[in-house]
Amino acid sequence: MSAAGAVRRAPQLRSLMPWLVLAFLVWLVGYPLLVVAAEAFGIGSPGGGGPTTEAFRSFFTRADEWHAMWRTLWISVLSTLAAAAIGVPLGFLFERNEIPGRRLLGALVALPVALPPLVGVIAFLFLYGESGLAARGLQSLGLDVSWRLTGAWAILLVHAYSMYVYFYLFTRAGLSGQDGAAIEAAQSLGASRSQILFRVTLPRLRPALAGATLLTFMTSLGSFSAPYIFGGGFRVMTTQIVASKLNGELRMAYVETTMLALLAFASLLLLRKIDPGLDLASGARGTPPARRRLHSQRARVAAAAGGWVLACVLLLPHATLILMSLVPPNTWTVEAFPPVLGLVNYGDLLSSTERLRPALNSLWMAAAATLAAVVVGVMAARLSLRRGGLPGRALEAMMTLPWAIPGTVFALALAAAMSVNAPWVGRFVLVGTLWILPLAYLVRSLPLTGRSIFAGLRQLDPRLEEAAASLGAGSLRTVLQIVLPLLRPAVIAGAGLAFITMLGDFVTSIVLYTYDTRPISIEIQSSLRIQETGIAAAYGVLLMVLSAAAFIAWDDRAGGRL
Amino acid sequence: MTASGVSVRFDDVFKAFDDTVVLAGVSLTVEPGEIFALLGPSGSGKTTMLRLLAGFEQLDRGRLLIADEAVEHLPPARRGVGMLFQSYALFPHLSVAENVAFGLKVRGGAQGEAEARVAEMLELVRLSGFEQRRIAELSGGQQQRVALARALAPRPRVLLLDEPLSNLDPALREETRADLRRTVKQTGITTVLVTHEQEEAFELGERIGLLHEGGLEQVGGPSELYRDPASRFVATFVGRCSVLTGSVRELHGGDELTVRLASQPGAPAWHCRGSGELAVDDRVDVCVRPEAVELETGEAPGLAGEIEAERFTGSSSFYTVRLAAGSAVEVAMPGTAAGLKGACVVRQLGGELPSAFAAAESDP
Repeated sequence: MSAAGAVRRAPQLRSLMPWLVLAFLVWLVGYPLLVVAAEAFGIGSPGGGGPTTEAFRSFFTRADEWHAMWRTLWISVLSTLAAAAIGVPLGFLFERNEIPGRRLLGALVALPVALPPLVGVIAFLFLYGESGLAARGLQSLGLDVSWRLTGAWAILLVHAYSMYVYFYLFTRAGLSGQDGAAIEAAQSLGASRSQILFRVTLPRLRPALAGATLLTFMTSLGSFSAPYIFGGGFRVMTTQIVASKLNGELRMAYVETTMLALLAFASLLLLRKIDPGLDLASGARGTPPARRRLHSQRARVAAAAGGWVLACVLLLPHATLILMSLVPPNTWTVEAFPPVLGLVNYGDLLSSTERLRPALNSLWMAAAATLAAVVVGVMAARLSLRRGGLPGRALEAMMTLPWAIPGTVFALALAAAMSVNAPWVGRFVLVGTLWILPLAYLVRSLPLTGRSIFAGLRQLDPRLEEAAASLGAGSLRTVLQIVLPLLRPAVIAGAGLAFITMLGDFVTSIVLYTYDTRPISIEIQSSLRIQETGIAAAYGVLLMVLSAAAFIAWDDRAGGRL
Repeated sequence: MTASGVSVRFDDVFKAFDDTVVLAGVSLTVEPGEIFALLGPSGSGKTTMLRLLAGFEQLDRGRLLIADEAVEHLPPARRGVGMLFQSYALFPHLSVAENVAFGLKVRGGAQGEAEARVAEMLELVRLSGFEQRRIAELSGGQQQRVALARALAPRPRVLLLDEPLSNLDPALREETRADLRRTVKQTGITTVLVTHEQEEAFELGERIGLLHEGGLEQVGGPSELYRDPASRFVATFVGRCSVLTGSVRELHGGDELTVRLASQPGAPAWHCRGSGELAVDDRVDVCVRPEAVELETGEAPGLAGEIEAERFTGSSSFYTVRLAAGSAVEVAMPGTAAGLKGACVVRQLGGELPSAFAAAESDP
């Protein structure tokens, strides 16, 4: 561009803003990861010597270490396959067939997505555990059965149960977006039903399935609650990291953290390759094919009965959780079914401020983190989309990065970076304070709010802002009166998801909580540890109700988009 | 109601996006109270001129003056420019009245005054009684009028219209066009309009600037552009015309000359109006309007050819005649479809002379 006579707009702050927001995000998201990697090599740690690869060498020579890595990988692969095996057929069943109660059942089947992983895990424990309802029921029938819900199979079971929803929802969304005319065209060209399935429907479903695979695999890679509760001696990377940290093997914990982060990155890059992008999904959007009606009365009854049985099986763990929360302490010993039920646990929970504290902690920390994530998200998205170029892309990358990185990694990274007082390199002692957990929640919320805000803003006609400007509105007024009201669905969608996720967070909390900031999940875990199952269940139900309420409010406003 | 208009001036305005030059030193003065149409194909830079004036883009070089006052350094909010966007850009979460009042509220001032102005504006665009409607409840034409009312409400000095009719049904377009012109004229505001449709520019614009590849090809009234195009591009972009190649046979006084058409050496030479420096034997392109020629079937003096297609529009029939040398010429025959076929000759009519331009090197 010509330099002579170039006209530049004066305000300096405006051009600096993208860099300021970017600097904040880099400090919050990228920097801790660098610190943890550096400390794994012994760089920058207090009192440590020079750089060394010693910890990495022992990582690769100690069997339990690289076993954990290998297990993480195959558990994730199998979890994805199992989730697909359940979720894809269910998606077809509910999207392509007209069965009685389809709408209600279809919604019930999607319910586990709204529940925090820890709640699902303890519900499983109470139902299928060693002394769970199922075992007791069978024993009371005179069957001499006993099993232990532990190890790889237990983890896989819980994963399949909680993650099929991704495949289910993506399959349904993918199918509903398909054009029925394509199927009719194939029919008119003489294709059989199986030919249509394999050559028309499934290929066009590929983007949806790729999306679900990515989401399930990455979730499984970072899964913590299930391996922590059910793993026993079977350690995956996330539980291995936390164990090393608790054992005081900090350097090793940092090495493991670095390795898990690399594994996550590599998986993401690899899985992106199978995603054909939006080319196949977009294009002409027609009316989806009509749902198949079941003609015989018998088939309809069978389908309805099958559907309800399925829904019951899927909801049984949560029903068990509610039941367990109604069992007063020390009243259930050898009976098959709890003999006494009451609201004692809830009374306990609500009457003592000490008991209520974790619920309030979770609520305020999740709310604060969500609010901050929305503010940062709106700023970053506006700056990124308006500015474009390198800072624009970097802003978006920083917002999405925490999505690809397991929560345990961020928890450890923040713990490493924010436990040293060195303000001149951007490190402050935040570990052990009130601020570290909300800050960690914020990091994890960023991709959730960011994704929907970026998407919402991309759909917004940029002319609207120009119209406001030409009518004399300043930047702040434009944001408050035009952008935010129009972004409301996107903000609510992202914020709702972030709030629910953070409300039930266990994986970051267990690394960073303090007594004063202990959230619900930590209280559940400690109640379990001291055999207060009723209290643990009551907290679980509380979390379930709060999440479900937030989910319903969110679903209502966001029009059900994921 | 009538505002005293102000002038708008582009002074050697230069604008590039990355390495693409969009405006290469454009100068233009729009007179006070005038409706000026910027016409050109997409990518010609017309929208960029509008956005520069509104302040949504920053120019790289040159000056922009509104009422003889430099505005290029002012943010959009302080330029006193109202804009009607192609997509209307109405705020979907606000009612009709709230949309129109937006620019008034920003400015502050008494509540009652703003209300009165909103009522006045809605009356101007004939939407009184629609105050509380939501934008989504309005038809395309009504939305366009709300957008106009919103742009005019804060009493801007200049009104900008970006393809104001392109989002409307063709049937609605003609009616809205007359309506728009009436409303704008009533306010007396200086108006700059951008369009790629010649008909729109001709009916709305008092003067027209034809843009091509970042430069103004010609500025003038509609009839001037049609009758006396300054370049081959203007001739072909404005109205219909067939291009025939030939060479200059004789120069007459002024800009008149005769051209021997290459398609048929023996045929009579055509009387043309030359544009630019031309000498005898120069190769030229002659732009022939359909109404400047006639055809006669069978053998007769003229350019021989074959009728290839007929298009009947109601008031005239348009014949495409393939000449012996290969080029095609379109001929308008007033009246009902005559259903003419076969061999024919094409002859020049008296009246407006076709324009001859020095042949472009790379022409097909």
